[in-house]
Amino acid sequence: MNAFPSTDPLLQVHNVTRYYGDRIGCADVSFDLWPGEVLAIVGESGSGKTTLLNCLSTRLAPTAGAIEYRMRDGTMRNLYQLTEAERRLLMRTDWGFVHQNAAEGLRMNVSAGANVGERLMAVGERHYGNIRSTADDWLGRVEIESDRIDDDPRSFSGGMRQRLQIARNLVTRPRLVFMDEPTGGLDVSVQARLLDLLRRLVADLGLSVVIVTHDLAVARLLSHRIMVMRHGNVIESGLTDQVLDDPREPYTQLLVSSILQV
Amino acid sequence: MPVRLYLNNVGKSFTMHLQGGTVIPVVEKVEFSVNAGECVVLGGPSGAGKSSILKMIYGNYRCDEGQILVTAGDEIVNIAGAEPRKVLSLREDTIGYVSQFLRTIPRVSAEDVVAEPLIAQGTSEEEGVDKARSLLSRLNVPERLWTLPPATFSGGEQQRVNIARGFIAHYPILLLDEPTASLDAANRAVVVRLVEEKKTHGVAMVGILHDQDVREQIADRIIDVTGFSAEAAA
Repeated sequence: MNAFPSTDPLLQVHNVTRYYGDRIGCADVSFDLWPGEVLAIVGESGSGKTTLLNCLSTRLAPTAGAIEYRMRDGTMRNLYQLTEAERRLLMRTDWGFVHQNAAEGLRMNVSAGANVGERLMAVGERHYGNIRSTADDWLGRVEIESDRIDDDPRSFSGGMRQRLQIARNLVTRPRLVFMDEPTGGLDVSVQARLLDLLRRLVADLGLSVVIVTHDLAVARLLSHRIMVMRHGNVIESGLTDQVLDDPREPYTQLLVSSILQV
Repeated sequence: MPVRLYLNNVGKSFTMHLQGGTVIPVVEKVEFSVNAGECVVLGGPSGAGKSSILKMIYGNYRCDEGQILVTAGDEIVNIAGAEPRKVLSLREDTIGYVSQFLRTIPRVSAEDVVAEPLIAQGTSEEEGVDKARSLLSRLNVPERLWTLPPATFSGGEQQRVNIARGFIAHYPILLLDEPTASLDAANRAVVVRLVEEKKTHGVAMVGILHDQDVREQIADRIIDVTGFSAEAAA
């Protein structure tokens, strides 16, 4: 068993650039992402990480550059040349997006079970019993008790909401998940639990992940590879432990030396 | 015995940008090879670059100059300059690292921490955990701790958990980063036996061992890295 089979990349990013007027959001970013690979994008606020994530996930059109994705049938498609219907199907089934603020990724006024079940219905599941049992199974996998299935997420704690958001994203067995500061704003102990859960799910499901975080400890624990961004540019990238143990660029050295032991 | 690892003209320096760009030379023109079934120990005082050499072989330090060639199955890979995913795949099946410091992962039990590398190589979970328990037992980690996450263990217990994790799987190349530091005599003897067992399985090892006693027991060859010191060569 090899976690990194030498298959073709899942995602290929070519010179992606996004301007806001004449201000740079992110500039000339290129990389490949392989199946099962977790890539962390790190950098301080305003470095362009979220702009890049939004470009990758088709939530924000780049000003220039191309992003290609390997569809389930094996063909490589330019994301910004998909039809709206194709794009929506991709986002509902083959992709996940975990927001920092769980309320953005959940429907707060429907039950936990319905939050998970809804994504299943979107891929054509119609049998109520199956939907409910799959939802229940997924709540279990993210450590939410069965007896909370009919409660709506407004009654959940921050950590529970985040776990519910993860279940909602993973229930359709996506191949690629985008995460924007998934542990941001949570207590340290809640963070640790969430990180461990994410680490296991990502490994068990063989997910490809692009995760934006400013927390280098999160990047160390979850990612294989890291890209450091500053002023919209990728200034350093490579194997996660190599970049963190032997940072080369002045800014990366500053980032690494600014944190408590990771 | 076949060569498993070959360092060719390897050089490394650090540029400390936060200290005004000071360049700290570490090593230069490092050249040695390690055969299957052989344990090579790096000698020399602290700061001579032993640990940097080990970390370059494992890929968590960059190699600025030269080549680090490893035999992986029937191909030869240059770790200096290999793609991140190639390095990660080598770490899964070709190069292991035994260090004294355990990076604990929240909520993962000691036996699962130990079993993980073996399971990653395709061994069943049951067999992996069985083997983990037998290693933990050999290293005298009390049984009541096996199902607990090691974060709260004593320093010595964590170290032995990490040694078990480092030795559990078969890697053709194994790097030993002071595995016996601060162990008691009984556990040092266990580590010596584990190293002997690896040798009989044809594992090529490179180690840093400050313990004179252990070094004499396991080293087939000692390479003094002061010969590679960047100042000496300059």
